[in-house]
Amino acid sequence: MTAITQIRRNDQPIYLDYQATTPMDPRVLEAMMPYFTHKFGNSGSRSHAYGWEAEEGTEKARAQVAKLIGADEKEVIFTSGATESNNLAIRGVAEFYKDRKNHIITTVTEHKCVLDTCRHLEQQGFEVTYLPVRQDGLLDLDVLRAAITDKTVLVSVMAVNNEIGVIQPLAEIGKICREKKVFFHTDAAQAAGKIPLDVEALNIDLMSISGHKIYGPKGIGALYVRRKPRVRLVPMIVGGGQERGFRSGTLPTPLCVGLGEAAEICMKEMEAEAKRLKKLQERMLNGLRAKLTDIVVNGDLEQRIPGNLNISFAYVEGESLMMGIKNLAVSSGSACTSASLEPSYVLRALGVEEEMAHTSLRIGLGRFTTEHEVDTAVDELVRHVNKLREMSPLWEMAQEGIDIKSIEWAAH
Amino acid sequence: MRPIAYLDHNATSPLRPAAFDAMAEALRMGGNPSSVHASGRRARATVDKARREVASLCGAASSEVVFTSGGTEANNLALSGAGRRRVLVSAVEHDSVRRAVPHAEVLPVDGDGVLDLAALERALATSAEPALVSVMLANNETGVLQPIREVVRLAQSAGALVHCDAVQGAGKVPVGLRDLGVDYLSLSAHKIGGPTGVGALMVRKSAPLSSALRGGGQESNRRAGTENVAGIAGFGAAAVLAASTPDLAGLRDGLEFSLVQIAPPAAVFGAGAPRLSNTSCISMPGVPAETQVVALDLADVCISAGAACSSGRVKPSSVLEAMGVPATEAACAIRVSLGWNTKAADIECLIAAWKDLYLRVKHSDISRADPQARAA
Repeated sequence: MTAITQIRRNDQPIYLDYQATTPMDPRVLEAMMPYFTHKFGNSGSRSHAYGWEAEEGTEKARAQVAKLIGADEKEVIFTSGATESNNLAIRGVAEFYKDRKNHIITTVTEHKCVLDTCRHLEQQGFEVTYLPVRQDGLLDLDVLRAAITDKTVLVSVMAVNNEIGVIQPLAEIGKICREKKVFFHTDAAQAAGKIPLDVEALNIDLMSISGHKIYGPKGIGALYVRRKPRVRLVPMIVGGGQERGFRSGTLPTPLCVGLGEAAEICMKEMEAEAKRLKKLQERMLNGLRAKLTDIVVNGDLEQRIPGNLNISFAYVEGESLMMGIKNLAVSSGSACTSASLEPSYVLRALGVEEEMAHTSLRIGLGRFTTEHEVDTAVDELVRHVNKLREMSPLWEMAQEGIDIKSIEWAAH
Repeated sequence: MRPIAYLDHNATSPLRPAAFDAMAEALRMGGNPSSVHASGRRARATVDKARREVASLCGAASSEVVFTSGGTEANNLALSGAGRRRVLVSAVEHDSVRRAVPHAEVLPVDGDGVLDLAALERALATSAEPALVSVMLANNETGVLQPIREVVRLAQSAGALVHCDAVQGAGKVPVGLRDLGVDYLSLSAHKIGGPTGVGALMVRKSAPLSSALRGGGQESNRRAGTENVAGIAGFGAAAVLAASTPDLAGLRDGLEFSLVQIAPPAAVFGAGAPRLSNTSCISMPGVPAETQVVALDLADVCISAGAACSSGRVKPSSVLEAMGVPATEAACAIRVSLGWNTKAADIECLIAAWKDLYLRVKHSDISRADPQARAA
């Protein structure tokens, strides 16, 4: 654990935002280092040893990523990250098969890059169905089954939600898609390396993976593309024809190596780490519940990765709370949309009311989170929630037994 | 261990120590630049600093930098993002331009590989539809420079936008966005001593750009995806150093002089035109490029037979073909490219190994040559 103390100095806030990004594992950095310095070749250079050495690095990494998800290494394409993987999977399939099928199904709680890609395709004349989710954040399989038509080419459902951490029923979705002969894409940016994922067992045809969400580097991701039965794509970035034509551009060897190493570490340590994180998650939640009332966990608590909690602290404004707890790095939702003050569309989709959505925090736990950090975070949160509630007239009224919803607000 | 002479900088240039240091710091720091907490803000500050550094290399404003995953993505983004259906490209563009616009009208080049400006002018005049003209600053195989300012002058008077692939030019010749007058300019970090996996499209404030990657609002809604913070930091550091690169013409010209002296029929392609000072595309008549590459590799000299992206294929160079070089001659051309850490000793290694090969070929049929002797 010495390497870990090197990551966080004492004057830095406690990092509890593991769904936004993860610190790089020192072992990953160590694996990458030689490829920055003396093994710097272009993996496309076939004419000299520098090129071969770089290619060895990228191909080992490809096998490591493939192994994590039960795939063949020929089925793994390196991209610049999960955003590109999601764009490529959805647009690539839609455009390749557009003459035969033009309908895509996704859910309202997907990551913004999936939703934006789908919206763009709608403008191009494709039909997109955005399925609702239940109050627990999970997809209703009957709703999915009913939405599939003979024009449906692709179902894109994320494996784990980035805000509430819930795990979608991938095996069941995969089974339905296979039966109906529809391709199944899953955005596994938050899931890969954290829960077991086997593309064969789950009938997944396309899967997006991110490097920096699994203790690897930023700027690298992967897309799994099934070969049997074959999934075809129109590439988005063309040029030198790298990545079997699916994705051109010089491969960033050190980043590929980092992703591969990160995948291998996740695979080896997944079981033990999940158990450890589950304990920390329980410790955090029990600690908060012991000292605070009126807190609600958003999203199903069982069908969820142990590294996530999303909690609404009633009568407390989320942004004010974040300002208060300065030495905790947490977020009120997705980092990509964190600059906006809109309440989370994910929470709204769960039926969380706007007031409650505004009071929510996303707390991400991970590989380097300690019990001590969890205890400190609980103390901080309790202290600041109590302080803010003391100043809140709504909290006062609630304590007096007044139903807040019955109040008619005067316009002003 | 014998030192290796790495003379394939146009494929990729070794990471500069300053770029490595900037990356190491960013990697240690972590953080997602979109997060509002302190960890995110620090990452944001790193990205902002690098953005200023890259902008400064191009004499541009920070807001005109769009970071991408590399030169290929930058080229693709410009060609699709400019929103012009009519596209004109030169016949010697990189595949990441040619394949991004398979419908483009292709403009011829002369025997030295320089764009035929009269042909551009004629092509622009054939249609009133506003076009996008994409011409590279310097060719990756020959180093030949294109007359970008003249291209811009002709394009502007016809209402066309101009994209310039400056991936090979940056760090070797000035790449001022406004000096060149182009609307879009592509850069790659790993060709200037920065890391692989990062590049930029410079976009003039006045130029339109629709994004290709959709998602979070990164890069002012022009390129979604969590920023490659460490890569960007390394790019920034390399850009600072790329503003003043030593002139390699002395070494390169000496090399060409020696090789032609050893083998008088050797031809230097593009020699009649202004060229980058680091690149030499030269042939050893009668000896296939692949043979030369292998022989030099055995002597620990790294060069290539053309672009790295296509070096796995045995296809004659489309660049030399466009210049009118006969296929038999083009098949014997190698590319030597120097860079920031090239020393005279590297050039001497190349000359010795090349001479050795040439003399052996001259005195015996290469197909019957003893492989043991070749390895010696």
